[in-house]
Amino acid sequence: MLIRRAGTIKPSEITSHDLFLRRREFLRGAGWAVAGAALAPTLACGAEGEARLPAPAAGADANPFRTDEAPTSLEDATRYNNFYEFGTDKSDPQRYTGNLRTRPWSVAITGEVAKPGTIDLDDLVRPHTAEERIYRLRCVEAWSMVIPWLGIPLGEIIKRFEPTSNARYVAFKTLLDPEQMPGQRSRALDWPYVEGLRIDEAMHPLTILATGMYGQELPNQNGAPLRLVVPWKYGFKSIKSIVEIRLTRSEPPTSWNRQAPREYGFFANVNPAVDHPRWSQKRERRIGEFKKRPTLPFNGYADQVAALYEGIDLRKHF
Amino acid sequence: MNPTRRNRSLQIFAMTAGALPAAWLIVLALTDDLGANPVERVTHVTGDWALRFLLLSLSVTPLRRLFGWRWVAPLRRTLGLTAFGYACSHFLTYLVLDHFFDWRLIVEDVLERRYVTAGFSAFLCLVPLAATSTRAMIRRLGRRWIPLHRLAYLAAALAVIHFLWLVKSDLREPLVYAAALTLLLGLRFGFWLARSRSRKLSPKEAKSQLSGV
Repeated sequence: MLIRRAGTIKPSEITSHDLFLRRREFLRGAGWAVAGAALAPTLACGAEGEARLPAPAAGADANPFRTDEAPTSLEDATRYNNFYEFGTDKSDPQRYTGNLRTRPWSVAITGEVAKPGTIDLDDLVRPHTAEERIYRLRCVEAWSMVIPWLGIPLGEIIKRFEPTSNARYVAFKTLLDPEQMPGQRSRALDWPYVEGLRIDEAMHPLTILATGMYGQELPNQNGAPLRLVVPWKYGFKSIKSIVEIRLTRSEPPTSWNRQAPREYGFFANVNPAVDHPRWSQKRERRIGEFKKRPTLPFNGYADQVAALYEGIDLRKHF
Repeated sequence: MNPTRRNRSLQIFAMTAGALPAAWLIVLALTDDLGANPVERVTHVTGDWALRFLLLSLSVTPLRRLFGWRWVAPLRRTLGLTAFGYACSHFLTYLVLDHFFDWRLIVEDVLERRYVTAGFSAFLCLVPLAATSTRAMIRRLGRRWIPLHRLAYLAAALAVIHFLWLVKSDLREPLVYAAALTLLLGLRFGFWLARSRSRKLSPKEAKSQLSGV
């Protein structure tokens, strides 16, 4: 039985010691991001120059789990969000997520697992250590950020529930509650928001369930209390405020694909070679920079994930 | 107030109102308050106001005809030129701030992205209208001025389509503009029907109608 003990500090609230020691670096990072707005032309030119180096250098991070690129300012990362459950304007999430109740929060793990069940969020994350991952985030709308997440590899969590041999996909679902999520009262999308990954994508070490960012608990507008982060895919794949994780035999439906199948595929891998039918994906504006920068295949994580898609025509399966 | 003075103050009012969104943008820019994506913000604000002023300029004639407000007539040019000003800012924002004169990408955009094609065409429609808005040009073009300036409707239609084609899923805002434009076009059609019907009457009948017999 899962007993919730009151008074214990939630793991999601603990800043790792490592991060705590580097808190000044963090603030400096944020400061640089702001300064970046002023220095943008110079910085952007430098970045372009780097991108022109031969193949393996394209976005090659010394450590793919923690890019050296300057994090976006916390201010920008929390005031410029796509979270249609709260409205379609970028500023709506910051404005209207105040009423979202993120505790208590439970997550149902169902489908092709030996040990299905509904588990309280704190119990879901307690056995794990939150790791800091500094990832690029590329939105399908051609803007990008760099976010220091705190999270747990999704694969580690899934393994605890013992997937069966039939588990080929993982489906995710966001909370459905128009009371708390005013955007769900209009039909901008077919609610609740659903997303999905192939099992190998879900088990990939880069894929995490995030509970925090910038050393803090996840702000509501960024998908509190639990969101997916898949850094090599367009941002809409990284579903927010998750209430259900279901392992399935067949490819699950995904919200944007249902909304516009010609424009948004199931894979939705960041790919500068395949344009959105209505706009170009060749370049992106990094929030805080002035000039656009080239978009990298798999958002710069090609060395880690390209092998997952060997033999697949990514023009067809965009 | 005598009509000329009222005219003047109305013009000044319209020009001031037209300048307000631009002034507001400048204040936001100077106080570093344009948000996380300033270029996008400037693009959206200038685009919104170009469309709004264009639709306002197109509502002048229907207002005059429906309610007999002859005093609104001079506002048409002011509102139209204000729309053109915002359209220019919108286009320049795209050209300079968004694409930074990357002509290859701009040409690709205009040719391949249908929302850019529509928006660019709308802008091109407005250029001859602005160029022929002076008194001298109106006099020079004479009777041809009116059919030329019907391009304003095409520009507005293209601008609405531009907006409809660029949103991701929430069509509510562009549909409000589409509804406004449909209403304005509907009124025009109504006026045209009424006029062509009265033209079909024999001069005698028309005369008796006019005198109310």
